[in-house]
Amino acid sequence: MPERRAFGAVFALFLVVVLAVLPHVVTYSQQEILVFLVINVLVVMSYRFLTLTGEWSLGHVVMTGVGAYASALAAKRLGFPVPIAMLAGAVVSAAVAWVLSFPLFRMKGFYFLIGSFAAGEVIRLLWKRFRDPFGGPKGLKRIPELSDIEVGAFRIDFFDPVAYYYFAIAVVTVSLWLLWRLERSNIGLVFNAVHWRDSLAASVGVDTRRYRTLALVIASAFAGLAGALFAHYVGAINPTRFNIEEMVYVLTWAIVGGTATFYGPILGVVMLTVLNEVVLRKLGLEQARPLVYGGILIACVLFLPKGLESVVPMLARLGRGRSRTVRT
Amino acid sequence: MTELLLQTVVNATYAASYLALVAVGLVLIFGVMGIINFAHGEFYMLGAYCVVAIYADLHLPFLLSVASGLVFVGLVGIATERTLFRPMRDNPLGGLVVSIGLLLILQSLATLGFGVRMEHIPPPSQAVLTLREGVGIPVQRLNVICAAVLLLGGLWLFLHRTRWGFALRASAQDPEAAALQGISMGQASRIAVGIGAALAGVAGALTAPLVRTFPYMGHSVIIAAFIVIIVGGVGSLEGAVLAAIVYAFVHTFVTTFVDGVIADIVGLLLMLAVLIVRPTGLFGSRDRA
Repeated sequence: MPERRAFGAVFALFLVVVLAVLPHVVTYSQQEILVFLVINVLVVMSYRFLTLTGEWSLGHVVMTGVGAYASALAAKRLGFPVPIAMLAGAVVSAAVAWVLSFPLFRMKGFYFLIGSFAAGEVIRLLWKRFRDPFGGPKGLKRIPELSDIEVGAFRIDFFDPVAYYYFAIAVVTVSLWLLWRLERSNIGLVFNAVHWRDSLAASVGVDTRRYRTLALVIASAFAGLAGALFAHYVGAINPTRFNIEEMVYVLTWAIVGGTATFYGPILGVVMLTVLNEVVLRKLGLEQARPLVYGGILIACVLFLPKGLESVVPMLARLGRGRSRTVRT
Repeated sequence: MTELLLQTVVNATYAASYLALVAVGLVLIFGVMGIINFAHGEFYMLGAYCVVAIYADLHLPFLLSVASGLVFVGLVGIATERTLFRPMRDNPLGGLVVSIGLLLILQSLATLGFGVRMEHIPPPSQAVLTLREGVGIPVQRLNVICAAVLLLGGLWLFLHRTRWGFALRASAQDPEAAALQGISMGQASRIAVGIGAALAGVAGALTAPLVRTFPYMGHSVIIAAFIVIIVGGVGSLEGAVLAAIVYAFVHTFVTTFVDGVIADIVGLLLMLAVLIVRPTGLFGSRDRA
C-alpha cells in the first residue's frame, strides 16, 4: 500500500515538526507542563505494556517512585553521573518488580489488583517511615540535575524546560520504540496468548507465569526510567507524589484512551492533559479537576468502553467516505 | 501496664465496631453485584458530612443527624446502583473504574461544598465511663460499639429471617438460579447497595466527632476495609466481622506499642500474606457469599 506508507511518512514528519516547534510557541509554565506530559506518556505506555498480559496493577505509580528514589539516591549519595543514575533507577525498579512478582503472581485479576496496591503501599510507607535514606514524609530534596553540556560555543542548560523537554523526548522516543519492537516480536504474541487464551497457552507449553513476570519487569523498568526523568527535573520527590491518587490519573489516561492500540494511551494522556491545563485553567476550574476526571471516567466506561482510540477508525472511515464521494 | 493493655483492648473494640459496619456493606455489595466499591470510603465520608451539616452547622440534635446520615447515604447508594453499578454487574474492571470515578466526584463535591480543611465537630457527649482504675471509655465511643452491635444484629436477622433476606442471599449464591425462582435481580441489587451504603454512612456519622473529618477521610477507611474483606474472605459477612475484630486489635496494639506507620505496614502485610497463602480468605468459600 504505497499510498498508506506515504501518508505514514507525512504524518511522522508532521509529528516531528510539531514536537520540535511546540515548546517555542507556549508560555514558560506550559513548557513545564510539556515536560511532565512527555514523562507521563512513558508512564502510561509502560502501564499499557503490563496490561498486554491482561493484568491491571494498582502499584505502577509506586514503581515509577522506586525508579525516582533509586536514581536520586544513586546520584546524590553514590555520586553517579545523572544519566547512569537514571538507568540504575530503571534497573532497580525492574529488580523490585521481579522480587514482587513471586508473591503477586500467585494472584490473578481482582486479587492481583488488590495485591499490587498493597505491595505498592507497603513500599510507599517504607519511604515515609525511614528518614534515612529516604527522607521520611518530606522526601528527598536537592536531587542533582542533569549537568550542562557544552558543544563548542553552545551551552545546553538542562534547567531550562525546553532543553529538558528535548532530552525527555529523546529518552521517551527510544523507550517507546523498544516497547513497540517488543510488542511486535514473538514475546508480544505470547503476551496476547496469555491474555486471551491463558489455559490454551499453558497447554502448549507456554510458561504463563514467566511471561507475566517478564511483562511486569519490563513495564516497571520503563516506569522507573520515567520516575528518574521526573526526579532529576523537579529536584525533589516525596512519598505523596506516588500515592494512589496519581495511580488513579494514570488509570484514567489508559481507560479513556483505550489500551488495545499503541496510540490509545498516548491519545488519552494528551487529551486529558490539554483539557486539564488549557481548558479548565482558562475557565478557572482547576479546583474541579477530580470532578471532571471522575465524570469523564464514568462517561467513558458507560458510553465509550473501548476508549478514544475506537473513535479514530470511525473518523478515518468518515474521512475516507468523504474523499471517495469527492472522487466520483 | 495492665491498665494500658485493657485500655488498648477497649480502643480496639471501638475501632473494630465501625470498621465492621463499613466492611460488611462492602461485602454485601460485592456478594450481590460482583463489584468492589472503591467509593465506599466516600459513602463513609458523606455520612460524616451529614453530621457536619445538620449537627455542627444547624445545631440540630446529634441523633437526628446520624439518622439523616443513614437515610441520605442509603439513598445515594440506591441512586449509584441504578445509574452506575447496574450496567457494570459482574464486570470487575468496569465496576472498579466507575466506582473510582464516583470516588473522585464525591471527594470533589465535598471539597467544593465544605472546603478541604478539617471540620470541627463538638462532641455531643463529654462523659467518660470508668470501667476500672485508669481504664475508661468515652460514652461517644461506647455509642458506636452499641450501634454497631445493634445494626449488625439487625442485618443478620434481616438476612436470615425475612423473605427479602433469603432473596438477597440466594442472589449472592447463584444469580441465575435466583432469577429463575422469580427474584428480581434489580431489586436485590438495589437493597444490597442501599443497605451497604447506609451502613457506611451511619459509621461515618457516628464517628464524625471522634475522627478527623475532611473530604479525604475515606482513604484510610477504605484501605482498612479492603484488608478486612480480603482477610475475612471476599463475600463472607461473618468473616468480615471476625476479620474486622482481628485487624482492629492488631492495628491498635501495634499503633500503641510501636507506631502508626508500622501498624499500617503490618496490616497490609497481613493482607498480602492471606492473599498468598489462601486467596479466598480465612473464612471464605468459593462462592461469593
